[in-house]
Amino acid sequence: MYIPVNDMLKHFKQDAPAMANITHKSDQWSPYHDNSGTVLAVGIPGAVIVAGDTRLSNGYNILSRDATKLSQLTDKCVLATAGQYADFIALRKFLQQRLQLYEFQNEVQASTETVAHLLSRELYSRRFFPYYTFNLLAGLDENNHGVVYGYDAIGSYDKMTYGVQGSGQELVVAVLDNQLKGYNKINKTIPQTREEILDIILDCFSCAAERDIHTGDNVEILIITAAGTERIVKPLRKD
Amino acid sequence: MIDFDPSTFGLAHTYQKEDKDEINTLALPSAPQVIYKTLNGPTQINGGNKLTNFKHGTTTLGFVFKEGILLAVDSRASMGSFLSSEQVRKVIEINEYLLGTMAGGAADCQYWLAYLANHCRTYELKNGSKLSVAAASKFLQGILIGYRNSGLSMGCMIAGTDTTGQHLYYIDNDGMRLKGDIFSVGSGSTYAYGVLDNHYRYDLSLNEAVELGIRAIYHATHRDTASGGVVRVYHIHKDGWTKVHDGIDVVDLHYQFAKQKGLVGDGDEAKQRLF
Repeated sequence: MYIPVNDMLKHFKQDAPAMANITHKSDQWSPYHDNSGTVLAVGIPGAVIVAGDTRLSNGYNILSRDATKLSQLTDKCVLATAGQYADFIALRKFLQQRLQLYEFQNEVQASTETVAHLLSRELYSRRFFPYYTFNLLAGLDENNHGVVYGYDAIGSYDKMTYGVQGSGQELVVAVLDNQLKGYNKINKTIPQTREEILDIILDCFSCAAERDIHTGDNVEILIITAAGTERIVKPLRKD
Repeated sequence: MIDFDPSTFGLAHTYQKEDKDEINTLALPSAPQVIYKTLNGPTQINGGNKLTNFKHGTTTLGFVFKEGILLAVDSRASMGSFLSSEQVRKVIEINEYLLGTMAGGAADCQYWLAYLANHCRTYELKNGSKLSVAAASKFLQGILIGYRNSGLSMGCMIAGTDTTGQHLYYIDNDGMRLKGDIFSVGSGSTYAYGVLDNHYRYDLSLNEAVELGIRAIYHATHRDTASGGVVRVYHIHKDGWTKVHDGIDVVDLHYQFAKQKGLVGDGDEAKQRLF
């Protein structure tokens, strides 16, 4: 039986399912940008060390080599944030103003634990349109021991002895697990002095700068003790 | 006292009017009028929108027995495939007579159980008596029904003691509230149920119950990638709750149980040869 090609095609086209009335929408504009970078904090008895690189990027572009990710909220605590810079600024503004109000009303600065809870509530108040921020709150507790609180974007938090957030998180936290906790080490030599830990932190940032494109330029380190805050800036790879 | 008007700090803060009079207000997230599309996509395990990878994955369990209630939990929190913490506290101490367990979204559980704690304390001060476990769990259920379909993720157990005894409730983000004797929640719950159902009896002694809880969590952590870390055990009795174990490493448990089975070796021989 000879079936002309055109007839055959017509046969198939008639069997084609009717096109459903679907309009595929995709968001053309997103309010979120990942400005990346890495921050870490380590708490030791008597002090807490917070460090963050100073590179601000947007995709493959470097927007600034000198943008701080650290913000000192009270004499005893520092907020370190990786993620979207605009949300970091908004969050920092809220916290600074609210803590100033706390100080006026209570005649004493808020403790680190109080600030930690305040930050968690503020992040959760934006549960359905989150701050794109991955925070670490590092400070001294009531006994002046260093303590670190790590957060996710919507405010769940936990007290830790050290924490890392940002684009270099996976690279750096594994090194800290090994060096500061002795995980997977046969001879568990855990650093005790501040100088040893500072060396480890600088090494971690060098490692992160080598393997993460969003980390580099400079690393800014704040050391908080009961006596005050010390600031150190060291250069990192600028490529 | 300066009247702190939160609306000056931005559009996101919509405090409910009646709460303004109370001294201790928790910022309630407003139920979304417009659900922003990118946030409510399916939660992806690898890659995907970083914002939707909130901490998930867990094993928690609780059971009622003659000495009260036993709660046992693991301590792992994952963000996508990255382990964000091995030391999370998944039992939330609401007050001296109520405990809540956390499964699903960590922030959701932490926030709403803290809100429940606030409510329980306010009730106690206003009414002179403690809130019952049934009432506390019902209050939480009411909140979660209000946020239904908004993307909250919570599978928690409320366990506590009141004048009628010790009670265990399971509450989840769909608004389900179940009273029961045995519950296990989380990605590792199926493994925990297997062990629990095998050995559970109402007349377990406290030590036997603790052993059972630890073993069930260990087996779940052994087979479920999203569970691990340490085992924490709490006991609820007529006088409140006690923390029985603060953190037993599951790796140590593995070798302990292996030895009980007669399997020798904790890697020491290998260590000797290599190093």
